[in-house]
Amino acid sequence: MTPLLKVQGIEKRYGARIGCRDVSFDLYPGEVMGIVGESGSGKSTLLNCLAGILTPDTGEVLFEMRDGAVKDTVTMSEPERRMLSRTDWAFVHQHARDGLRMNVSAGGNVGERLMAVGARHYGHIRDEAIDWLGRVEINESRVDDRPTAFSGGMQQRLQIARNLVTGPRLVFMDEPTGGLDVSVQARLLDLLRGLVREMGLSAIIVTHDLAVVRLLADRLMVMKDGHVVESGLTDQVLDDPQHAYTQLLVSSVLQV
Amino acid sequence: MSDYNFAYLDEQTKQMIRRAILKGLAIPGYQVPFASREMPMPYGWGTGGVQVSAATLTPDDTMKVIDQGADDTTNAVSIRKFFEKTAGVATTEATAEASVIQTRHRIPEETLREDQILVYQVPIPEPLRFLEPSEVETRKMHSLEEYGLMHVKLYEDIARHGAIATAYAYPVKVEGRYVMDPSPIPKFDNPKLEMAAIQLFGAGREQRIYAVPPYTQVVSLDFEDFPFEASKADHPCDLCGAEDSYLDEVIMDDAGTRMFVCSDTDYCAGRRAAGHVGAQGVSTQEEDAA
Repeated sequence: MTPLLKVQGIEKRYGARIGCRDVSFDLYPGEVMGIVGESGSGKSTLLNCLAGILTPDTGEVLFEMRDGAVKDTVTMSEPERRMLSRTDWAFVHQHARDGLRMNVSAGGNVGERLMAVGARHYGHIRDEAIDWLGRVEINESRVDDRPTAFSGGMQQRLQIARNLVTGPRLVFMDEPTGGLDVSVQARLLDLLRGLVREMGLSAIIVTHDLAVVRLLADRLMVMKDGHVVESGLTDQVLDDPQHAYTQLLVSSVLQV
Repeated sequence: MSDYNFAYLDEQTKQMIRRAILKGLAIPGYQVPFASREMPMPYGWGTGGVQVSAATLTPDDTMKVIDQGADDTTNAVSIRKFFEKTAGVATTEATAEASVIQTRHRIPEETLREDQILVYQVPIPEPLRFLEPSEVETRKMHSLEEYGLMHVKLYEDIARHGAIATAYAYPVKVEGRYVMDPSPIPKFDNPKLEMAAIQLFGAGREQRIYAVPPYTQVVSLDFEDFPFEASKADHPCDLCGAEDSYLDEVIMDDAGTRMFVCSDTDYCAGRRAAGHVGAQGVSTQEEDAA
């Protein structure tokens, strides 16, 4: 099997400061990769470099397109990258407000990607939007409400529906459960896990919450000061941490 | 003639505007930035249109100015006077006699010819503005032809009102490429955008000029199951009886009486002079006698 995403030697600096450095890994189809680390460890920088939001200073991000061709998303043309980001890629922001159009109804939010790739039949767009709202457990009756009228958890679920409607193959998530209370988090995680398995999605999840990666991620990378200090299977890393920082991280979690 | 340079603007400025107009004509629907000048009237009164007209006028031209179809409203009268004073050109109210027509929010009912220029006053040239506040982003969307967002606006219309409720400034796609705001003309006028005359659009505050050359394809955006419809009040004109013209609704008293009249005053007057009389109209012959 060939990897869906092959990351080689990514480095991003902010002037003299290091954002992230020397990151390499492969992501295979259907695999979920977790990236954990404390605030400022470079995990969001890395995610933004991978998703084409930031341009890395060095390194390659090789993505296998639908036709099987492998392309470097760092050097590909901007129209091509933007096309990818509304078809094959999805980006779930920590704050739903960053990923949603707050002054557009829920249905319009979900339909936007469809219209962006050429859907021009109102009835079909609306049916698809309602179908996706159902899949993220939002009642059909809310389809014409604006996200401002939604709770934080609903906004986050709406953002996920909006991203997955075009059937992407790779999802980037930046702290998808941040800022939600624990019961809502649990529901969202359950939903995400279901969708990832059902659609065979590959995903890269950045979080500082070890419970999230324990539930969702197959593999785990631990970052500190812009470097990857440890990586491996999730259970292996969490149950038998080798690096001193990983040990600290695992032991810092409160056991209830 | 007066102490003003011909048509108020200095020659360098007119050259600069003409270059923008030519570029706009070469790339139909593309918004060309230009260094808009301070004009002796407030923004929103047609400073963009006035500058385009000034750069377009020659001493032989005959000018007509309309505001919402009418020749006799404040905006039209003051701009007409402005050019009478600064350019000394002939002015007219008859659409057929004019060579340059500056308009605010209407296209004349009478079919325009190849030797005419229609200049629009544009308040907000960017059709994507209300959905995407960033100018950097909207320019990128234009250059990459990412127009899905325009349909989101129409989707919202249907979701909220059951039909495309956008009645003016209805977005169009020009020559299969650029999505353009046709200025706040009623969507009734959209099909007329494919015409023989040159159409120039000037936005003074936003510093943009764009253009539609003669016989250019202009398509109003819509959905397959909600096609574009050029709508007007379902009523004939009460003065001239016309059934094919765009109507203004005039409230007559506080008891709910209303009348519908042509918004194009020249068209209405022409029909009445030719003997057409509407339900509440009086023929012009009788008016003259009285």
